[in-house]
Amino acid sequence: MRKIVLPAVIIVSSILLLTKIFYLQVIDETLKLKAENNAIKKVFDFPERGYIYDRNGKLLVANQPSYDIMVVPREIKDIDTTEFCNLLHISKEYFIKKIEKANIYSPRLPSVFLSQLNKAEYAAFQEKERKFEGFYTQKRALRDYQVKECANIFGFITQANEAIINKNPYYNPGDLIGKQGVEQEYEEILRGVKGVKYLLRDKHNKIIGPYKNGEFDTIAQQGKDLTLTIDHELQKYGTELMINKRGGIVAIEPKSGEILALVSAPTYDPAMLVGRQRSKNYTALYNDSISKPLYDRGLQATYPPGSPFKIITGLIGLHEEVIDEQSTFYCNGGANFGRFMKCHCGLHTLQLNNGTYKSCNSYFGNTYKRTIEKYKDSYYSVDNWANHVKSFGLGQFLGTDMPIGAKGLVPTSKMYKKMYNGAPIRSSYIISNSIGQGEVLTSPIQLANMMAVVANQGYYYTPHIVKKIKGQPLDKKFTTKHYSTIDKQYFPPMIQGLADVYNVGTASSLKVEGLQICGKTGTAENKIRVAGKTYQLKDHSIFVAFAPKENPTIAIAVFIENGYWGSRWAGPIATLMVEKYVNGKITRKDLETTMLNGSLLPEYEKIENIIFQRFPEQKKESDSLKKIETAIGEARKEEESN
Amino acid sequence: MKNQSIGNSIDWITILIYIALVIMGWMTIYSASLPIEETSIFDLSQIYGRQMLFIGLAIPLIFIVLFTDAKIYERLSFVFYGIGIILLLGLFVFGVTKKGQTNWYQFGGFGFQPSEFVKIATGLLLAKYISYSQINFKYTKHQIIGLAIIGLPVFLILLQPDAGSAMIFISLIFVLNREGLPSWYFISGIVAIGLFFASLVIQPFYVVIAIAVFMVIHYIFNRKITRNPIVYGLLFLVMTAFTYSVSYVYDSVLEPHQKDRINVLIGDNVDMKREGYNLDQSMIAIGSGGLTGKGYLEGTQTKGGFVPEQHTDYIFTTVGEEWGFIGSFIVIVLFAALFLRIIYLAENQKTKFSRVYGYCVATYLFTHFFVNIAMLIKLFPTIGVPLPFFSYGGSSLWSFTILLFIFIKLDANKVNEW
Repeated sequence: MRKIVLPAVIIVSSILLLTKIFYLQVIDETLKLKAENNAIKKVFDFPERGYIYDRNGKLLVANQPSYDIMVVPREIKDIDTTEFCNLLHISKEYFIKKIEKANIYSPRLPSVFLSQLNKAEYAAFQEKERKFEGFYTQKRALRDYQVKECANIFGFITQANEAIINKNPYYNPGDLIGKQGVEQEYEEILRGVKGVKYLLRDKHNKIIGPYKNGEFDTIAQQGKDLTLTIDHELQKYGTELMINKRGGIVAIEPKSGEILALVSAPTYDPAMLVGRQRSKNYTALYNDSISKPLYDRGLQATYPPGSPFKIITGLIGLHEEVIDEQSTFYCNGGANFGRFMKCHCGLHTLQLNNGTYKSCNSYFGNTYKRTIEKYKDSYYSVDNWANHVKSFGLGQFLGTDMPIGAKGLVPTSKMYKKMYNGAPIRSSYIISNSIGQGEVLTSPIQLANMMAVVANQGYYYTPHIVKKIKGQPLDKKFTTKHYSTIDKQYFPPMIQGLADVYNVGTASSLKVEGLQICGKTGTAENKIRVAGKTYQLKDHSIFVAFAPKENPTIAIAVFIENGYWGSRWAGPIATLMVEKYVNGKITRKDLETTMLNGSLLPEYEKIENIIFQRFPEQKKESDSLKKIETAIGEARKEEESN
Repeated sequence: MKNQSIGNSIDWITILIYIALVIMGWMTIYSASLPIEETSIFDLSQIYGRQMLFIGLAIPLIFIVLFTDAKIYERLSFVFYGIGIILLLGLFVFGVTKKGQTNWYQFGGFGFQPSEFVKIATGLLLAKYISYSQINFKYTKHQIIGLAIIGLPVFLILLQPDAGSAMIFISLIFVLNREGLPSWYFISGIVAIGLFFASLVIQPFYVVIAIAVFMVIHYIFNRKITRNPIVYGLLFLVMTAFTYSVSYVYDSVLEPHQKDRINVLIGDNVDMKREGYNLDQSMIAIGSGGLTGKGYLEGTQTKGGFVPEQHTDYIFTTVGEEWGFIGSFIVIVLFAALFLRIIYLAENQKTKFSRVYGYCVATYLFTHFFVNIAMLIKLFPTIGVPLPFFSYGGSSLWSFTILLFIFIKLDANKVNEW
């Protein structure tokens, strides 16, 4: 018995040791991770982000160097905090707060301590970097904007947040990522792929050589340059025309679907979102819930389209053969469709041509009535109509290469069945659709695309904003034609009507000598409800056009919030844009001056006052934004004069 | 003539395991101490180069041991023991203090740790004493003398203070147990260790309840006529007192670094960057090895020097990291095979002296082995004892070699016994 005690103890102990070692080595995975964090240091080589050019090769966005101070909390060794803080012009509280935060993220992995230092700040720090163990600088490229426009198109660069890092392992804290605009949509193309070097380090954090002779190292891949479809001259002109107005301009080249200009007003200087003031400025822009500078009105805002929708009503009428060019309707300051729909056309007998250029509600009301009453089953007629409308790209996401968009709305039988509890509908219930005032909602880019379909006499390319990616073909969906359901033969009479809008119709005052523009004015009613009370506001001003009549090179939609009526603001702006693009110069200097200097701010203030009465705290934010904008403007001026 | 008989009668299995362990030990030290630029493996400015020299010098030692008359060890055991005790006492005057422990003599560049010599001497004297025909551990007097042979060096070593070496000596209780020391010595030692940790991990009150429950159950099922409630009561009182005194000992007697080591083991309130660093890093190195290891000389933790004193007490972490579970398995099985082989040989000795000495050798080696590896993987408090044949150091390698080969010599000599 006594003989077996020691052998038994030896065997049991050995099994005990082996069991625990087996657990540590084979079952417990955390130790392997810890070992990697211990000994393997990843050093990243960030490639330069791709440049952005306009369609004519003008450089819009380049890069400038910037430096982040990174910290690895566990490597901090008794540093002189006071000296450190003074050197970087930060407070001790900031220091403590940041270190705490970094420690919570990970004591072993680097976090950003202070971001986007300029060269001078970097130089001062670099001199003493060795004294501050645990801190190091990481060079990054920041955007260097060559132009002050296009903020809504570019988007901006920001640090990847925790949600992104958790979702996409490519990003580490402090890495930059594109947000909004092409920076977001083409993030992977612009950013390239960062290179990684795996280095072995010892317990003093000293590098002792490459890990496995660099077997796992990767080389950085340069970001690719983008050429946008934007014509910067046109974009700049549009932005200037939109000063002190709110709304959007979208111009498209019909034969390719390329977006020539995408203006949203009010906008901001893209340089506001670069550098150490970035987050402060962004917060101010973000919080401005009234003028919404971050909201791309050209892509996101949906409004009732108003009169431009009559183009579609007419084309569908022709295609469904419920009218022809000679069909005649009568207008008596309006017409009765169960209820009376008013009209200001001032004519009495209307056919397609004068109905179009005078924008007669009665004519298109009747056309729509016939379309809906063509089939016995009115719901079938509605869907038939809705399919035609949708074939113009309305009521759906267009699928552009911008990360945002709006669906708009084209009502279908499904929706009306819900609204009318399945009871058969009469054309009179939904007659407002005929003139774009019913349930239909469109965004400016959808209207511009609709005009491209008309200009092309029956097809469109998905609008897109990137023309060329260096060394890479364009997505196929941008080179595929989408046909509308309207036969080609029905377009010429409608186009003639649109040409006559300029010649003798609602936009005759905007006629440009030697350039045949086809256009359509529009006015959309608009109300707001604040705290349960409805306020009737000034109508929105809408204008759509394309030019020249033969071989069109531009299709455009202009939308001005609270701009009274179509030919008052949107018409002139659209005309100037078209003239600028097609002719390269402006003949109507008087019109140009009026538009450039014109301001709708008093109108907007009225609206703001209505809101501020109810929500006074928003006034403060709006004021602070104005202050920041002024300060940035001044700083820029100073920089330029230097 | 003599030459031939040695070659034929020594136990080659033991020697082969010994050679395998020493070679693997050197390879591991080479990996753990490899500088960035490679130099000759005999480069004496490098740790692995010096270890190579130590191994080389062990060979003549082996021959000296094997060709010395086996009777010398038995006859001179008193003398060896006496010299050992004097050396231990001499430390208080001439000793060198390293890391708070006065356990070295320094002669120029050469260090000497007398406790290593005393281990062998104590084993020899214990074997000698037990081999007297009249010795019987039924008698209290003999028990006391047996325990005193172990107790004297333990006492002197605890004064250094070197808890690790003291523990190695205490493990000789296995030998006494084998030779007839009443079991309750052994059992009460194990119970005391168990109670010590139990009362640190959980409230002493619950420990006492557990003791009471266990005693009642034991009393009910004890079918012996001699069961005496008074004995049970006394035992209960002693154990209760012990349990409550642990927290007092822990708070007032243990040094802070000793407390830390226990805290680390029971996972109590430990900062992994300070007192927990060694253990944390050693577990990381071993755990990162996986099933097959990272490959020889490919250990990232070993190369980075994250494990402190990796070539000495923490040498097994390199085995774990670079050779993985398979390598660890082989090393542990080799060690266990060595211990079991020695015990097997000991049991087959004709003389009591050889048997007891063999047991001492197995116990010493096993205790070093277990304490060393167990402390790396959080099964035992951190106590600085080397891994036999693996850990860097001449005096450690030589003393283990002499310890083992004296037994091999005794074993080889059994054919010459009457």
